[in-house]
Amino acid sequence: MKTAAHLFQPDRGALHLRRQIANYLAVGLTTLFAGAAIFFLGYLIVYVARLGIQYLNIDFFTQPPGAEGEAGGGVLPAIEGSLIIVGLAAAIGVPLGIFTGIYLSEFGRGRIASVVRFLVDILTGIPSIIFGLFAWVLIVVPQHHFSGFAGSVALSIIMIPTVARATEEVLRLVPKEMREGSVALGATESRTILRVVIPAAKSGIITGILLAVARVAGETAPLLMTALGTNFSRISLSRPMDALPLRVFNFTLDPFAADHDKAYAGAFVLMMLVLVTSFAVRWATGGFKQR
Amino acid sequence: MQFLFSTAITVASGRARAWIRKLQVQARRPWDFLFRGLTYLLVLVVLCTVVGIAWVMLSNSLPTIQTFGWSFLTNEAFDPVHNTFGVRPALFGTLETALFALIVALPLGVGTAIFLVDFCPRALRAPLGFIVDLLAAIPSIVLGLWGAVVMVPWLQNTGQPWLQKYLGFLPFFQGEIHGYSILAGGLLLIVMILPILTAISREVMLVVPKAQREGLLALGATRWEVIRYAVLPFARAGIAGGAILALGRALGETIAVTLVIGNQAASPSLHLFDTGYTLSSVIANQFGEATPGLFQSAVLEAGLILLIITLIVNIFARLLISRLGRERVGGLVV
Amino acid sequence: MSIIVQNLNAWYGKSQGLYDINLHIQPRSITAMIGPSGCGKSTFVRCLNRMHEEVPGARISGTVEVEGTNIYARSIRPMYVRRHIGMVFQQPNPLPNRSIFENVAIGARFNGLARGKALAELVERSLRQAALWDEVKDRLDASAASLSGGQQQRLCIARTVAVEPKILLMDEPCSALDPQSTLQVEDLISQLKSTYTIVIVTHNMQQAARVADRTAFFLLGRLIEEGETAQIFSHPRQKETEDYITGRFG
Repeated sequence: MKTAAHLFQPDRGALHLRRQIANYLAVGLTTLFAGAAIFFLGYLIVYVARLGIQYLNIDFFTQPPGAEGEAGGGVLPAIEGSLIIVGLAAAIGVPLGIFTGIYLSEFGRGRIASVVRFLVDILTGIPSIIFGLFAWVLIVVPQHHFSGFAGSVALSIIMIPTVARATEEVLRLVPKEMREGSVALGATESRTILRVVIPAAKSGIITGILLAVARVAGETAPLLMTALGTNFSRISLSRPMDALPLRVFNFTLDPFAADHDKAYAGAFVLMMLVLVTSFAVRWATGGFKQR
Repeated sequence: MQFLFSTAITVASGRARAWIRKLQVQARRPWDFLFRGLTYLLVLVVLCTVVGIAWVMLSNSLPTIQTFGWSFLTNEAFDPVHNTFGVRPALFGTLETALFALIVALPLGVGTAIFLVDFCPRALRAPLGFIVDLLAAIPSIVLGLWGAVVMVPWLQNTGQPWLQKYLGFLPFFQGEIHGYSILAGGLLLIVMILPILTAISREVMLVVPKAQREGLLALGATRWEVIRYAVLPFARAGIAGGAILALGRALGETIAVTLVIGNQAASPSLHLFDTGYTLSSVIANQFGEATPGLFQSAVLEAGLILLIITLIVNIFARLLISRLGRERVGGLVV
Repeated sequence: MSIIVQNLNAWYGKSQGLYDINLHIQPRSITAMIGPSGCGKSTFVRCLNRMHEEVPGARISGTVEVEGTNIYARSIRPMYVRRHIGMVFQQPNPLPNRSIFENVAIGARFNGLARGKALAELVERSLRQAALWDEVKDRLDASAASLSGGQQQRLCIARTVAVEPKILLMDEPCSALDPQSTLQVEDLISQLKSTYTIVIVTHNMQQAARVADRTAFFLLGRLIEEGETAQIFSHPRQKETEDYITGRFG
């Protein structure tokens, strides 16, 4: 092994050191940042999960709330409320979103389509409380009472862009040949879209719907101003209704530790809902394949 | 106002007539006509909704706009009792928490992205990236819960005293310690926007062609030099766009922030330990009591201001990102 | 600078790409590597400047000695190997959002070779060596993306010679270029021979015949034959060589 000067020796002096230090610093810092970020976010999930699971039991899902501050009781009205409100929101928002996606992919041409797309994109950037405010002014205030219906309206608007964009993207991916083939067989345009193109894009559209539903199921702010949340077990869309995020919110505000426990349980359910949906969607769309 | 309205209706009905004619030409079969018609109708509903939101915000804020004008932005008190309304502390709180979060989260996020793209062991790359993407979807109430029940007490008992003791010469860490604070709000926002920032940065860095990296490697560059000269310049626009999108998200966040920020105004200052409130927390806290008239209008004007700010930020971000095509971030449509 | 390759084997993970290569490359000469697709000629050349190991899971065994020093010795860092053994790639890959001047200067910059006025002189020298100076001397600040394909490739050659290597490796440098640019680059390569040892990979046998002093024929990861270009093309010793040259396959 030669120790005499050879061609591939590092630069003399400070330069080599500086380059090595810069390199190690970069590797070190980014690893540190990544480690800290991922560790912390992981810790958060685990923390909520740990405390949440502890308090979860069958009662949680089947019983109405007990007295404030006392252990025991569940969040049944909240869960029912969430299901109903989100269900209605989907019933309103999903068709609107799908047809907007159909328009943008199949019919839209030129400037009008760009304007539509732009406006739909804008919707994604609007804070969710604004939608709550909108539904509040439009429905709650004139009627002089809060209602689950208003909550559904607010949530439905939030769903529209997610569903529309997913639908549009996935419809665009359907090969032109399929459409041409259908038309060549004599099918009308609407038939082609309904019977050929959309079924081909089915999984992508369902993905978009699932993602939208998972997202709004966890939203609190819009519901705060519309459905308000309530302790009553009677459920009516034209009255204040409870929903899981609202219940967690109210539990959080209570000073009692017992309520905080329940809040963790509810938060855990919400978290799992969103995570499982995202995981399932990822898996179904093959997002796990290596780049 | 009347004039504008009637002009709009005339234009709209003329357009509508032209549309119907076009429909009749394009869709010759009755089913097609119906289908197209239905599609156009629903799209119209969506458009009206979008425009309607802006319209409703604007028209319902008119009372306070007319009463206070620009001073709405500078008045310190949101005071229903004396019928004076101002959002200066709220505006300040919104901007301060969001900017604080962005300033801290940006290097963290870009650094994490660099790690995930270049330095991470191959086997870990997919799972870690996946975890980061997932975290973008965590509902804010979950963060709010943790923030209120765990972080705030910790800040009050440990974190803030430590900061004040060792870094108290900085104006940021002076003042009374409550736990509930602008700092708490900012910290939660960091957690909220970090996944988005990382995910977008990662996406744009992965797009850099391998040939660029190889070209610099062949000149004898270190791994960091390759990133610095070949990857980051490519990714700059995308990262900037992502940062501004994240800012937009931080500006609009309501629930998590309102649970930890204290919701009481101190006069705007650099003291991060002060309690404060944001535009969105004002709305969330005050709407319940808002009586029709000036009070309600004030709440709505706060919403209008928030809407305008986030719209500007978002449009700006999308212009930046659109240079690279529409972003699809790890399966979760952004 | 001479290169002596002994018992070189290379793997991509589990699959082997090169089998027991032994080759001696003469200083100040042009050696061409020919062979059908997938025969390992690119892999071989990438082993000469330690670019092969950038692929995850890639490894080698054997030695590559340059002027007596094994570049794979433990004490030697790849980054310094690559500086002295430069590489030009098939697709021209200058940094698109930087100026022509910056592209040539960049290697010299971070290797600390020159600054200020000396750097400007180095850039000019390198561009002259790459036969590009006259075409760009008035627009050194223009973006590298504004150049044609042939010009970009010569720009890449310029930036490679700017770090003053001893050996130039070229992996199909003309495949992405039009015929006129190809001839220009081939002329350039012939001129560079007087300063550098050059190894060029090509799938174009006529190019090898035009440009190279010696030629090596690879097939399925093995070195089948190597010798003076004229001799390889007129009197190949191995049957496989003859089959390839006469076009029976590949």
